Amino acid sequence: MIDYSTVLSTRASSLKPSGIRKFFDLLTEMKDVVSLGVGEPDFVTPWHIRDAGIYSLEKGFTKYSSNAGLSDLRKEISRYLERRMQMAYDPDGEILVTVGGSEAIDLATRALVNPGDEVIIPEPCFVCYAPIVTLAGGTPVVLPLSAENEFRISADQLSAVITPKSKLLMLTYPSNPTGGIMTKADLEAIAPVILRHNLMVISDEIYGELTYEGHHVSVSSLPGMRERTVVASGFSKAYSMTGWRLGYACAPREILAVMHKVHQFGIMCAPTTSQYAGIEAMRNGDQDIEKMKDEYNGRRRYLVNGLREIGFDCFEPKGAFYVFPSIQKTGLGSDEFCERLLLEEHVAVIAGNAFGESGEGFVRMCYAASMHDLETALERMRRFLNRL
Amino acid sequence: MRNQKNELKLLKCIEQDCTMSTAQLAAMCDMTEEEVKSEIEQLENDHVILGYKAIINWDDTIDETVTALIEVSVTPQRDKGFDRIAERIYQYEEVESMYLTSGGFDFTVLISGRTLREVAMFVAERLSPIEGVISTTTHFILKKYKEKHTIFKPQEEQKERPIFV
Repeated sequence: MIDYSTVLSTRASSLKPSGIRKFFDLLTEMKDVVSLGVGEPDFVTPWHIRDAGIYSLEKGFTKYSSNAGLSDLRKEISRYLERRMQMAYDPDGEILVTVGGSEAIDLATRALVNPGDEVIIPEPCFVCYAPIVTLAGGTPVVLPLSAENEFRISADQLSAVITPKSKLLMLTYPSNPTGGIMTKADLEAIAPVILRHNLMVISDEIYGELTYEGHHVSVSSLPGMRERTVVASGFSKAYSMTGWRLGYACAPREILAVMHKVHQFGIMCAPTTSQYAGIEAMRNGDQDIEKMKDEYNGRRRYLVNGLREIGFDCFEPKGAFYVFPSIQKTGLGSDEFCERLLLEEHVAVIAGNAFGESGEGFVRMCYAASMHDLETALERMRRFLNRL
Repeated sequence: MRNQKNELKLLKCIEQDCTMSTAQLAAMCDMTEEEVKSEIEQLENDHVILGYKAIINWDDTIDETVTALIEVSVTPQRDKGFDRIAERIYQYEEVESMYLTSGGFDFTVLISGRTLREVAMFVAERLSPIEGVISTTTHFILKKYKEKHTIFKPQEEQKERPIFV
């Protein structure tokens, strides 16, 4: 019998498993649960996009695409970025089609990080960044954020965690789990610090289209930032295409060339069917984005108003589809709050500490859920709070 | 006074789901609850909102109602155009919906009755004899797939879901 602890990679084995698996095991056994837990659009992919995928299958387009992705898709991504994000990237050499935004983040990290490099990760944040950095041999350095500052990064906070080993900053706005955004002015405030310390940036802009106040501004559009930024984004949130696993990375060609190599050896190419669907999404999907965003925006206002009315302290999230209210007034820890809310009122929300220690005292609720579910969840949470 | 910008948003929300509470409508339309209440009242008074009805899949009940779509060609009347003759048709209880349409005929009329015979008799005995009606063509509706953006067949949910994203 093999002693597997001796054969497994120590680096991979050292990754911490997601702490909420037990919570979800509990959830699956229960009936009548209103779940605001899973962070995923509740819309099905618009039909014209699905149809384009189906049509590509009918035509027999089932082979690999070029490693970088279908040339038509890269051209559409380039047009889209110019049209909706005011960014200019050459489809030939500056855009890479990936398996979801997650692969783009992984590739960029592996392309940029050397062993011992420190990577600054603002927390609370989505769970993938630290493990990706660890696997690449880098050292994750936490930059704790606070609700008082709407979970944005200030120049002082950033300066405080920079050391001579600092190499890379993960910018993750609009943010999962907080719903916080960084406006142009916010980004301009930290840009000099980034430049002064010669930091590289991976900007995860997967929720960029879901910005409810003003327009999303990419850090790469600021003076001096393009040459040091990799933008990671994708189709999952903007077009409700999570299961298609389609994303992209945009970067200066020197960086992208290295990412391209890693992608080529590890992945080959993103699924061809998804890429054909992606072309249709970017060509004819602007209206779908607006329609879904409008819908999320209404639910966002409803949930924030409702939470405040029943007594939660809740800053106004201006992006993504999450609210991140404080539960400190209840006297319960995040884990205990979530477990009791689930067991006593059958409402599933995620403990804020799942997204890093600075998330303790908060919970994440996803409002990509029907109005009816939001109403029921609010009613049950009201009962729960009144009982505490 | 009606607020035209608010009113369009509000109407679209109500058309989509008229069971939403005032608080939900207010959030969806970025209005206050008071604004929603007064806007709706105004829209009802002005007969812009005419009613609130459910979409029902009668095929899944024991109800045997038959529906037909009738193409009706008419001779419009002097001074009154199509409206006078339309009025004489749509007043019948059996007429569910009626539209003036362009193309090879003039009116599209949806009629429901308990049996095929009842619908056919209505067309023959009530509709056709109306002065000005030149001809009718009856199409019985066999199956409803979608009405008011609502698909009748229940949409399947994907079973396996992610643990955590």
